[in-house]
Amino acid sequence: MNTYLLPLTGGVLLGLAAIWLLFSLGRVAGISGIAWGALSGPDRGWRWLFLLGLLCGGAVTHNVIGHPIPTESSAPLWLVACSGLLVGIGTRMGGGCTSGHGVCGLGRQSPRSLLATIIFMSLGILTVYIFQNAIGDLL
Amino acid sequence: MKGWPALLSGILFGLGLTLSGMSDPAKVLGFLNVAGAWVPDLIFVMGGAVVVTLILTPLVLKRGAPLMASTFSLPTKQIVDRRLVGGAVLFGIGWGLSGYCPGPGLVSLLYGYQTTLVFCLAMFAGMFLESRIGR
Repeated sequence: MNTYLLPLTGGVLLGLAAIWLLFSLGRVAGISGIAWGALSGPDRGWRWLFLLGLLCGGAVTHNVIGHPIPTESSAPLWLVACSGLLVGIGTRMGGGCTSGHGVCGLGRQSPRSLLATIIFMSLGILTVYIFQNAIGDLL
Repeated sequence: MKGWPALLSGILFGLGLTLSGMSDPAKVLGFLNVAGAWVPDLIFVMGGAVVVTLILTPLVLKRGAPLMASTFSLPTKQIVDRRLVGGAVLFGIGWGLSGYCPGPGLVSLLYGYQTTLVFCLAMFAGMFLESRIGR
């Protein structure tokens, strides 16, 4: 199969998911915001249902459609923990992640989201570059 | 009342994340590895999603109100501040370290991997920390 077809299909589904949430409930489909809101409230109910749906959607992909499950990351646990910590702090501080700023914010043509997306994409690229060229050999 | 639309959106989102390859950290790191052995596939994920939201968001907002709520709950902040920039910097570094951002991290809990569990627990710890010491 064409290697771009699944990413494109998945991307369109992500866009439609965001549009449907905006159209029906008037909410932004930003995962970091929904995940944090599910724990800290108020208005937790719809957020938990969204997260439940997220897992159901994943289960359909792998168990019904039969798409292969990705292999586990080979990164050491301490590195994954640092990654999670930075992602948690950063998304709360910056008010969004790949979905909230990237998919929804860009769709709303928000200058804040455009700037945030450019910054986190650049830093992601830079971090991988540094790890590939310098630190990666040490791990 | 608000339940099923959120569930449906979540299902579509989960399908999208897993079908697109976003829940595969190796693929995401390959995509971010622009200067090395770049794997460009995932540009179609962001591209496909943003084309859909760019075209449809103005049409939805033109309706004035959502279907099952009284108002749109959209971010009101307009200014670029240090928190936006600093947060995006930290998030970008964190993303590049593992290849996981929040959505793929959460949906990958399905796979039962230790690395995913550690990522998600650390992410919630980070969110909690920020809510305590931030601003």
